[in-house]
Amino acid sequence: MSAARGSLARRRALLAYALVAPASVLILLIYIGPIIAVIFASLTDYTLVRDGFSFVGLENYTAMFADEAFANALRNTVIYAAFFLPGAFFISLFLALAIQSRKKFRSVLEVLFFLPVTSTLAAMALVWAALMDSRQGVINNTLTSFGLEPVNFLGDPGFVLAALAAISLWSIIGFNMVLFLAGLTAIPRNLYDAAAIDGADHPVDRFFRVTWPMLAPTSVFVAVTTSITAFKLFDTVAVLTKGGPARSSEVFLYLTFLEGFEYFNMGYAAALSVFFLGLIFVFALIQTLLSDRRINS
Amino acid sequence: MTDAPFVTSRAELHPLRRAWARVTVGQTLIWLALGAGAWIAVFPYIWMVSSSLKPTNEVYDADFTIWPKSFAGFENYHGVLFEQPYPLFLMNSTIVCLGILAVQLVTAIPAGYALAKLRFRGSAILLGTVIACLTIPINVTSIPLYLGLVKLSLLDTYFAMMFPFMVSVFAIFLFRQFFKGFPDSVIDAARVDGFSEIEIVIRLIVPSALPAIAAFSVFSFVAHWNDLYWPLIVVQSQEKMTATLSMMQYQSEFDTNYGRSFAAATVITIPMMLVFLFARRSFIRGITMTGVKG
Repeated sequence: MSAARGSLARRRALLAYALVAPASVLILLIYIGPIIAVIFASLTDYTLVRDGFSFVGLENYTAMFADEAFANALRNTVIYAAFFLPGAFFISLFLALAIQSRKKFRSVLEVLFFLPVTSTLAAMALVWAALMDSRQGVINNTLTSFGLEPVNFLGDPGFVLAALAAISLWSIIGFNMVLFLAGLTAIPRNLYDAAAIDGADHPVDRFFRVTWPMLAPTSVFVAVTTSITAFKLFDTVAVLTKGGPARSSEVFLYLTFLEGFEYFNMGYAAALSVFFLGLIFVFALIQTLLSDRRINS
Repeated sequence: MTDAPFVTSRAELHPLRRAWARVTVGQTLIWLALGAGAWIAVFPYIWMVSSSLKPTNEVYDADFTIWPKSFAGFENYHGVLFEQPYPLFLMNSTIVCLGILAVQLVTAIPAGYALAKLRFRGSAILLGTVIACLTIPINVTSIPLYLGLVKLSLLDTYFAMMFPFMVSVFAIFLFRQFFKGFPDSVIDAARVDGFSEIEIVIRLIVPSALPAIAAFSVFSFVAHWNDLYWPLIVVQSQEKMTATLSMMQYQSEFDTNYGRSFAAATVITIPMMLVFLFARRSFIRGITMTGVKG
């Protein structure tokens, strides 16, 4: 009996391995192998242009931190993020709060705000470039009709990062709004009733006493994923500016792409990728720490 | 009897007064903000579709009109669909997206089931790996993946375009969470009835998981249709160009027929909008499921 059960358990374990085998092999080939390989490659001077390579230790990393292009890309990414992150967080939160209580129009508004999330950003980038056109674009026509100076949004080094941030905001706000809406729906109604008994019946009181603390896990998730998204800015740069004008929109991921797939400096581009991996690790750590603190308090 | 009219008039007045009381400055501002936001969200589409119906010289007209002054929609769309290789680009995108989705489902559903319902050594390590990989984007691993494909001379193939996405750790995690809620008693009863483990997956688990499968399918299809980064790296010829990648050509004044350019942009964007509108609930469920991981 126990032998039969033992063999049954063994058969079931074998079957479990068969079920997870395809996925496990692919995870090894697509994630684990390449992550080890990219760390390994970052310690070499490998370029695709010639065969063979030698180990250079941490040379790629010292070169990276001394590289003016890397500093420029990092600076551009941070400036872009400074435009992008507050809007991506607070506008989405505002929209979620504003539409969650509406019975009428709620689903219509949800669809309208969400539409940009599904759209092909590479195609819509062309539309935005036309809207932002320095001479004949709809936005500049509107500005001049109010008596303002026209702005060369994508051609002016002082404006290009803000303009790219605006396009990114357009494409991500609906996504974050849906996450916030899900978080808001999960807050139990009776907490609001309890707060009302305690005298918090003004909407602002209710927000700070109940909504904001209860929404914290969602907020942390949105803040962390949006921060990583800010470092992944690529499509609009590749389609519209190619890093220009005068490298003022050459952001981190675009620089990595150029080094790897235009100049084929694989060792150096690998070091940049590892830097990105480290950054993601830090963000994941922040998320874990913040959500742990929430649970303990 | 005499106060009956009084009662009805108060009952009529009450909702009106309540509605009026809710019309405050704050509420009005919120409505204005929502209206303006919705207009900004939608206007690029209106502009795109409108421009796709216009002749080139009208696209950048100073006085923008939604309906074209001279209609060129037929020429523009005819140009895109019959004179340019857009049917090929759209077909490439469809093949790649469906191929990715098929492999993702075939690998993730059994793995998700095993992680949720079967006990085996190493399952904790596998689950930990899956969760860790959730945060790793293609941008980190693209260099080794590209070099591997170069060594195997597989660049510019459908396989290369699909390979990095053939396993979705997100799908494995999603299905594992979904299957966890499936009652063990039903599975045990099926085993007693002589169902094999494969039959249980195909005949019990998959049908119960259809909502999750639908949500993930829409999510995956849209994500890979819109992907620019990986096709830009591995596609080298016109024969393998995807619809989204073709948008790169317009940056270098590839087509100075602006009306036709925006007809092309419309043809690429509209399928995803339709997918979203038809599967809105699934899609949004797919998004919110990303928010509840952990």
